[in-house]
Amino acid sequence: MTRKQKKMLMRIVAALVIVIVLLLLPLKGWLQFGLFMIPYFVIGYDILLKAAKGIRNRQIFDENFLMAIATVGAILLGDYKEGVAVMLFYQIGELFQSYAVGKSRKNINELMDIRPDYANLEQEGELVRVDPDEVAIGSIIVVQPGEKIPIDGIICEGRTTLNTSALTGESLPQDVETGAAVLSGCINMTGVIRVQTTKEFGESTASKILELVENSSAKKSKSEHFITRFARVYTPAVCYGALALAVLPPLIMLLCGRDANWNEWIYRALTFLVISCPCALVISIPLSFFAGIGGASSQGILVKGSNYLEALAAVNYVVFDKTGTMTQGVFEVTELHPMGMTKEALLEWAAYAESYSTHPISRSIRNAYGKELDAARVGEVQEIGGHGVLAQVDGRTVAAGNAKLMRRQKVAYEECTGIGTVVHLAVDGVYAGYLLIADTLKPNAKEAVAQLRQLGLSRLVMLTGDAKNTAEAVAAELGISEVCSELLPADKVVQVERLLAEKPAKARLAFVGDGINDAPVLSRADVGIAMGALGSDAAIEAADIVLMDDDPLKLAQGIRIAKKCIRIVYENIYFAIGIKVACLILGAVGIANMWLAIFADVGVMVLAVLNAIRVLFVRKKKA
Amino acid sequence: MKKTYKIEVDCANCANKMEEAAKKTAGVKDAVVNFMTLKMNVEFEEDADVKAVMKEVLKACRKVEPDCEIYL
Repeated sequence: MTRKQKKMLMRIVAALVIVIVLLLLPLKGWLQFGLFMIPYFVIGYDILLKAAKGIRNRQIFDENFLMAIATVGAILLGDYKEGVAVMLFYQIGELFQSYAVGKSRKNINELMDIRPDYANLEQEGELVRVDPDEVAIGSIIVVQPGEKIPIDGIICEGRTTLNTSALTGESLPQDVETGAAVLSGCINMTGVIRVQTTKEFGESTASKILELVENSSAKKSKSEHFITRFARVYTPAVCYGALALAVLPPLIMLLCGRDANWNEWIYRALTFLVISCPCALVISIPLSFFAGIGGASSQGILVKGSNYLEALAAVNYVVFDKTGTMTQGVFEVTELHPMGMTKEALLEWAAYAESYSTHPISRSIRNAYGKELDAARVGEVQEIGGHGVLAQVDGRTVAAGNAKLMRRQKVAYEECTGIGTVVHLAVDGVYAGYLLIADTLKPNAKEAVAQLRQLGLSRLVMLTGDAKNTAEAVAAELGISEVCSELLPADKVVQVERLLAEKPAKARLAFVGDGINDAPVLSRADVGIAMGALGSDAAIEAADIVLMDDDPLKLAQGIRIAKKCIRIVYENIYFAIGIKVACLILGAVGIANMWLAIFADVGVMVLAVLNAIRVLFVRKKKA
Repeated sequence: MKKTYKIEVDCANCANKMEEAAKKTAGVKDAVVNFMTLKMNVEFEEDADVKAVMKEVLKACRKVEPDCEIYL
């Protein structure tokens, strides 16, 4: 609790004690009235002051004014006990609201707590603790176990395990050693590392992310704008409504020649005023969005504004980029088809034949082999562009390459219908089989597509620059029915524009890419989502939503959070307005009294705030 | 030019009123107040004197919400 809140609590307790004592004392008449004014002023003096200031500054219609008029009116009518009670409960509600909001503000800030406070700079052999802002590029900093890495850099000494959960939401620790690039915001868990910085503090990942999250407030959602406009019209409207309720019915009664019953109608008007306070709405809607954005960032999903959260919840079309989004973007040996030898032998021959090549495909074969290569076993190597290689391995001639190479060497080979790149192998002119190399699917890609379907998304489309058969095979495996293949980067924009034109007016289109070469598409889509953006500034700039790691499941998770957030926002809007309108009607016809009015005001607000906080708790759906 | 200021305010409605007041101040192109993060993002006109404008913004905000604070 802050000092302000503690002071308020003291006032509430003091007023409560006085009220209870007064109720127990056998007092009557003016004496009781006078004594009851003590707790009234103890609890309500600031409201009365604010209301007076508001009138002076021509800012009449606010909740202070409503409360001041309602309670003063009740006291003048002789219902002074109720007047004190209204003020007391109003203040209790305000205190609760302020406490709940402060608490959730703190919780959310803790979730996003990646700001490093200091850096241990190495200067002339000594460690100096400095402000990370003062560290120049290329400096050496030391990070102890338990400390946050303050600035992006490369490890120049030491090995350790990093906790990246604050950045990515991924709880699995990451092992790093000398030569590895490390990002600021990660927590060093086990060993001491020396890091050579590669960026300034302001350009480092942690600073970039914090900047993004803090500026997310600049873009408000439609619901928030609606509430702001609503409150602006609503408060004056109920004030005039209350005035009409207090004056018109008694006048009509008088005209009809009956008893005006002024007290009764003024009491009803005051009840009306207490009910009408708009705080439940005004507080719970931004709180829901804030909790939604906070909850999402704790999962490694950064949302740049509540308008994007709103759009994400309405997403119906999802367009994926293939490479790097649904697939790893790295080649792997997926199949081995040996002829007359073991799989291991085939792989070994291939690895040795390709031992000097730097081509990604060669590298993937060597990675698949995994063992240290003995350079002495390899003799002369001849690379034939567009075909493959001819290499002397253990004194035998190994030909490794595509079908063209096999024909050139006059080797009878087996046609392959698999998906990906084929590397045929022949040893001393005898066909030995082939290896199939392909870009592999991300482990969770299939599950992600299934979850998106479960969420009721109507159309999933995959865009890729790859060949048609590869693209269709990947799409079939994922369960995506619509594919556009062999696209140039510019064609992707055209395709997205076509889909934007086809979609129903209310549906939103999201594009998911890895942020490489797709900035124009990211900005063209209703919601641009960049994946695996950790460390890629361009993607963070271009996208509306940034998934910190490259797990496609995060997409479904993000949509779930957005949907829950929007659902709660609407629940609160309907619930708060519904109860208020019902109570206003009851108040106007005289069924509701002051006590119900207090519930309609404070109770609804408390419930709406509690409901809003629910956004923070999102069940993590496992793959 | 854009700048972000830390603010202190008690209720969400008051934050909305501060936003309105800041928007109407001369020299301010646009302003957004976020009650949850307690931040005010102000976008200034091209040739505005930031310090003088912010003084006016604070004055205007105090008028609608006497309790508020902007940390300049």
